[in-house]
Amino acid sequence: MKYIKTLSGSNLKDSLAKGGCGECQTSCQSACKTSCTVGNQKCENK
Amino acid sequence: MNKAVKIHKFFLNGKYIVLDVNSGGVHVVDKIVYDILDLYEDHDEAQVLSNLKSIYDEETIRDAYYEIGYLVKEGTLFSEENDISNFNYNNDNIVKAMCLHVAHDCNLKCNYCFASQGNFKGERRMMSLETGKKALEFLAKNSGKRRNLEVDFFGGEPLMNFEIVKELVAYGREIEKIYNKHFRFTITTNGVLLDEDKMDFINENMDNVVLSLDGRKEINDQMRQTINGNGSYDIVLPKFKEMVEKRGDKDYYIRGTFTNKNIDFSNDIIDYYNNGFKKVSMEPVVTSEEMDYALREEHLQDVLDEYEKFSKEYIDIKRKDKDFYFFHYMIDLSQGPCIIKRAVGCGAGSEYLAITPEGDLYPCHQFVGEKEFLLGTLDNGIVNTGLRDKFKNANVYNSPECRTCWARFYCSGGCHANAYYANADFSKPYKLGCDMEKKRIECSISILANLEN
Repeated sequence: MKYIKTLSGSNLKDSLAKGGCGECQTSCQSACKTSCTVGNQKCENK
Repeated sequence: MNKAVKIHKFFLNGKYIVLDVNSGGVHVVDKIVYDILDLYEDHDEAQVLSNLKSIYDEETIRDAYYEIGYLVKEGTLFSEENDISNFNYNNDNIVKAMCLHVAHDCNLKCNYCFASQGNFKGERRMMSLETGKKALEFLAKNSGKRRNLEVDFFGGEPLMNFEIVKELVAYGREIEKIYNKHFRFTITTNGVLLDEDKMDFINENMDNVVLSLDGRKEINDQMRQTINGNGSYDIVLPKFKEMVEKRGDKDYYIRGTFTNKNIDFSNDIIDYYNNGFKKVSMEPVVTSEEMDYALREEHLQDVLDEYEKFSKEYIDIKRKDKDFYFFHYMIDLSQGPCIIKRAVGCGAGSEYLAITPEGDLYPCHQFVGEKEFLLGTLDNGIVNTGLRDKFKNANVYNSPECRTCWARFYCSGGCHANAYYANADFSKPYKLGCDMEKKRIECSISILANLEN
């Protein structure tokens, strides 16, 4: 690719297969306590 | 209803960036690709050529057009939505996290406190050991197969009831063997009562500690005052420095709140950094619009500009010091949460509960004291199942605003409490919060794009 650099080619749709296990951290328990920030949480099932 | 957008593109910090909403794909592109993307969905190659040939040469347009087509086929550009709106979410009503209000009392009286200076509109009260034990048992028994359970010691100010905290940590370690669980304890404190013993205990037993401070002394002391009305900065700063120094590699956050009195909050974040704090968070105040310090529409553009300004400073700092982390600019594009987690958000009201000193259950710490949000008690369990179901259903698919928004799989619908306090409806997102969150996502990704080089 000359004109496009992909930072993330991961496909969210693929995460459906084994998604929803719920082992991940509750987003509001980290540093925010007042704003829901989910995109920076880690998956604990990989 | 607006049509859901498939891509979102923006230019920030010298990078043209394109997000593919449904796949989560993120691409840094040249200007020519950025321009073609405006035309791509409803123009064929010949039309794109004719539109752009006055700016770019034909071969370049064809090559860039081909690259876009390749990613479309691969499923990371203009991808279609995979409708999972009827997915199953927490059918067994499993609880995995708890905010344990061990003290409804505080030794500071911060002007903006959502807990009404510690008592959450109720009596000043400490949680008893018995109630705390019941809460841990409730979590262990209601967590199904989940192994990792989170308990945040919260207040008011939890250090005002620290003996109970210590006993509850010991009790948790005891019962986690019986139930085959692992408790991850955390604590959120204003630091006033921190001493060496407490620091050592916290550092040994807590996975994370959130230390509240608002940045520069004059900013902190304007909001965070002692009962006598004096500033708290000089009391807590040396303690936080010592605490963090002793903590070594373990997680911590220095966490502040900004209001319309410090829209130049990047200076407060830089103040944290200059004081040696590397893991920091600075959050917009949550309050009703009438408060004189509230963030209102008239402040929005300045706040967004401030986020952008700080993203440039952040890139400069990160190039010299990779260990500096601003919570809202952390984003993990490859190891992040699954689509279900992204659709349901924080889990308040079903996976996550707040427990008061009396043993009452609320959807989260922000709703404590709002009687209409009382879910049940530790003795009787969740009684208001209708309210729990409302929270379970408040996901990005059920909110018209979120349904069509490009940011839905990053913010996951935002904070229910923000929505409730802004709109009296916790499934209608808080617009100001959405605008700030979108800017933070753009900043985070542009930072990543710059640091990749």
